[in-house]
Amino acid sequence: MATGIRDKVAIIGMGCARFGERWDASPDDLMLEAFAEASLDAGIDRDQIEAAWLGVFYQEQSTSKSGLPLSLALRLPNTPVTRVENLCATGTEALRGAVYAVASGAVDIALAMGMEKLKDTGFAGLPERTKGTFEDQWQPGFTPPGAFAQLASAYAARHGITHQDLKRAMAHVSWKSHENAADNPKAHLRNRITMEQILNAPIVAAPLGTFDCCGVSDGAACAIVTTPDIAANLARNQARRDIVTVKALALASSNGVEMGHASWDGSYTPTTRLAAARAYQEAGIKDPRKALSLIEVHDCFSITELVLMEDLGLSDPGRAVNDILDGRYDRTGAIPCQVDGGLKCFGHPVGASGLRMAYEIYTQLLGRAGARQLKNPSLGMTHNLGGIPNRNVASITVLGLNSI
Amino acid sequence: MSRPILPLRRCSSRTSPNEYPLCPASDVHSVSRGIIGFGAYVPRWRLDRQAVKQALGWLSQGKGKAVGTRSYCNWDEDALTLGVEAARDCLSSVSAQPDAIWLASTSLPFADRSNSGLLAAALDIAPACHTLDSAGSLRAATSALISALTNTSCALVVGSDARKARPASPQELAFGHAAAAVLVGNEQVIAEHLGSHSVAIDFVDHYRATHAEFDYALEERWVRDEGYQKIVPPAIAALLTRCAVSPSEITHLLMPTGPAITTRLAKDCGIAATAVVDPLHTEIGDTGTGHPLLMLCHALETAAAGSLMLLIGFGQGVDALLFRVPTKKPSARPQRGVSGTVAAGKTDTIYTRYLAHQGLLDVDFGMRAERDARTAQSAAYRRHRDLTAFVGGRCSQCKTLQFPYSRVCVNPNCRLTDTQTAERIADVTGAVKSFTEDWLAYSPNPPLAYGNVNIGDGGNVFMEFADVEPGVLSVGLPVRMVFRIKDVDRVRGFHRYFWKATPVGS
Repeated sequence: MATGIRDKVAIIGMGCARFGERWDASPDDLMLEAFAEASLDAGIDRDQIEAAWLGVFYQEQSTSKSGLPLSLALRLPNTPVTRVENLCATGTEALRGAVYAVASGAVDIALAMGMEKLKDTGFAGLPERTKGTFEDQWQPGFTPPGAFAQLASAYAARHGITHQDLKRAMAHVSWKSHENAADNPKAHLRNRITMEQILNAPIVAAPLGTFDCCGVSDGAACAIVTTPDIAANLARNQARRDIVTVKALALASSNGVEMGHASWDGSYTPTTRLAAARAYQEAGIKDPRKALSLIEVHDCFSITELVLMEDLGLSDPGRAVNDILDGRYDRTGAIPCQVDGGLKCFGHPVGASGLRMAYEIYTQLLGRAGARQLKNPSLGMTHNLGGIPNRNVASITVLGLNSI
Repeated sequence: MSRPILPLRRCSSRTSPNEYPLCPASDVHSVSRGIIGFGAYVPRWRLDRQAVKQALGWLSQGKGKAVGTRSYCNWDEDALTLGVEAARDCLSSVSAQPDAIWLASTSLPFADRSNSGLLAAALDIAPACHTLDSAGSLRAATSALISALTNTSCALVVGSDARKARPASPQELAFGHAAAAVLVGNEQVIAEHLGSHSVAIDFVDHYRATHAEFDYALEERWVRDEGYQKIVPPAIAALLTRCAVSPSEITHLLMPTGPAITTRLAKDCGIAATAVVDPLHTEIGDTGTGHPLLMLCHALETAAAGSLMLLIGFGQGVDALLFRVPTKKPSARPQRGVSGTVAAGKTDTIYTRYLAHQGLLDVDFGMRAERDARTAQSAAYRRHRDLTAFVGGRCSQCKTLQFPYSRVCVNPNCRLTDTQTAERIADVTGAVKSFTEDWLAYSPNPPLAYGNVNIGDGGNVFMEFADVEPGVLSVGLPVRMVFRIKDVDRVRGFHRYFWKATPVGS
């Protein structure tokens, strides 16, 4: 009988490159920047890593297929490296691979690296790519903002919310993330902006304006994981009293219902609801609104974050607009969301994003977040939604602080 | 695999969406033969001729009168898509199904790929069907119609054109884009064919060489005096004499030229001035090959019993066709007809948009337009009925309608394997479930509008919208499906078609 992943694996070191338009940096530079920090944090040398997972999404744009880019960049000692890819859940998949490897007892120390080099495409936004030989012939020629904008029209219709109220709540989502990122030296977009600037920005895909969209960034983030026993020993050596353990790793994949069946009304993400239920059960969370100290969710667009608050069970149905405008998810609110700036402002190098979110939770739990440090956080959650509302992978990681 | 092979059996009335009925037996020439169905399609966009004059007025010649509007294809329309919509309009009112599909045009999208075959496929006509492309002259449609009327098949004759015109030429103001379709058969005849007469004379009033983009037109006075006035009257006289009909009995003179020429010609032929039918040039322009059929369709909408209609096709000769509306005129009328599609026009005053949609303005659409639109032909052929005819699957167990057809039912409460039968979605009325107007996505006519459409019976399709201006879409809006160009592969000179949703009212 499976018992889940809760408290079977600990994170002993994490690193994150500065995100942004890193015209100066190659994929190798980004991975080295993240790994150097994690290695120093964990006190673990690259030669002690027994297995590694590399998450890259748009592989054809930046590196190549396979796990080789990580092995080559770090000159690993012929370590087994596996490449994983699961859309925007890619970074979390890399972590999942490493965590499961340790939990299985196959290895003691594993590395999860997520990386994306997006800014070599020559234009703003994500790279254009085929959706499949058959799919290209019937699916609309959509962009990510247009695919996610669908949520807005369907959500407003379902809950009888006016365009103005929805736009204002969406603007608050982005405003809050810009405020948070101003205190994050690694974030891509650190400028503070006003609600008026957001509301008056040019439309990208109605009703999403420029500031409703996250940054397209280069970046890398990584985690070194091991058993709780080894982690405790390493922590004691560093005079630390707490370690961060994995409480849950959950995933839910679309099976075509959203794309082809009328039972979905287009106003929410069913996979997130399923992944959340699985994660809460695995982590033993009965009331996420009380248990979670902070969350990092997939705010690729402001409307996504808005509907996710309901999908994750944090706002009642139809109440996300009010909760957001009431400041509930601000840094000073009941459930701080995107304390590091989120995808919106930290940036969204796709393959790295899941690990970047975990990096913020880990940093906050250990009290290292500097100007944006929350008071005594003990449990945090990350969420990714890979793909588009019509077809996606939802992933959730729950990390918690454990005394040793 | 449960997906049925296209049935070869035909029956006299359409009993299910997957059967292809046969037109009534037509080997007996003594019964009346004629038009048994008719329909038309004029693209929604109408260019205000004043917009042309304002943009090009500096070219002092002031070509023609800049009065009214002319129809033009959106970027995703061509002679084939116009023809498909006209054919659907025609078939909307009749139970008989054609066993021959003839497409007449001088602007067919493919020089070597059966355009009529593609038309038949889009209509989901059974493959055991006689298809024919008729081209090479503006008479291509009337000549095809004469062939159909003197044939025994139940033939759908479609005339369609989307001719380009050189900017600032008289043709730019005069031309329009449209298609018309008539179904020829022996029962429930709306317009009985009394006879036809054809004359072939290599009179070059205009021409377009094979690879040329535009027509070269000769002097209008010469075309009028030496062409119409000398070539048409003898043909009319020969036909009327043969049919023993006096010119004064003609109630409708259907000729796609301007009213001035037609009126003069009517007088010369002894036809009453009241018989001259408005060619709709002011509203939609001269739409080329299909225009005689379009005029015939328009007249049939209101023609009284006993009307005598003289239809003229002109182009390197003449086709003259005589029809009589029977005493008991069947009530069949197309869903939209000429009057419906003409009235559905949307006036556009942006001349540069018209130019861009005709491929006459080399617009920078940005790097996103560089995406490779190569078609995997093997994949396209594997699903050709899905893509061209918009055929999906219906689960025989849970009855869920779904697109695309799949081996495993999409209904989360069913998920049975190999239970789906083919079912056409093209004629479904859907409802918008979600939408966006996307200014980032590449579209030759931004914003690209797309969203989820509820197709009923449990189905959903994520698809593009056609002919919607910003602000038109809303959740719950009823939409119908239209056949359009999906993507253009500029590198390989290919383009592919698929279906898009458009507001029911447009």
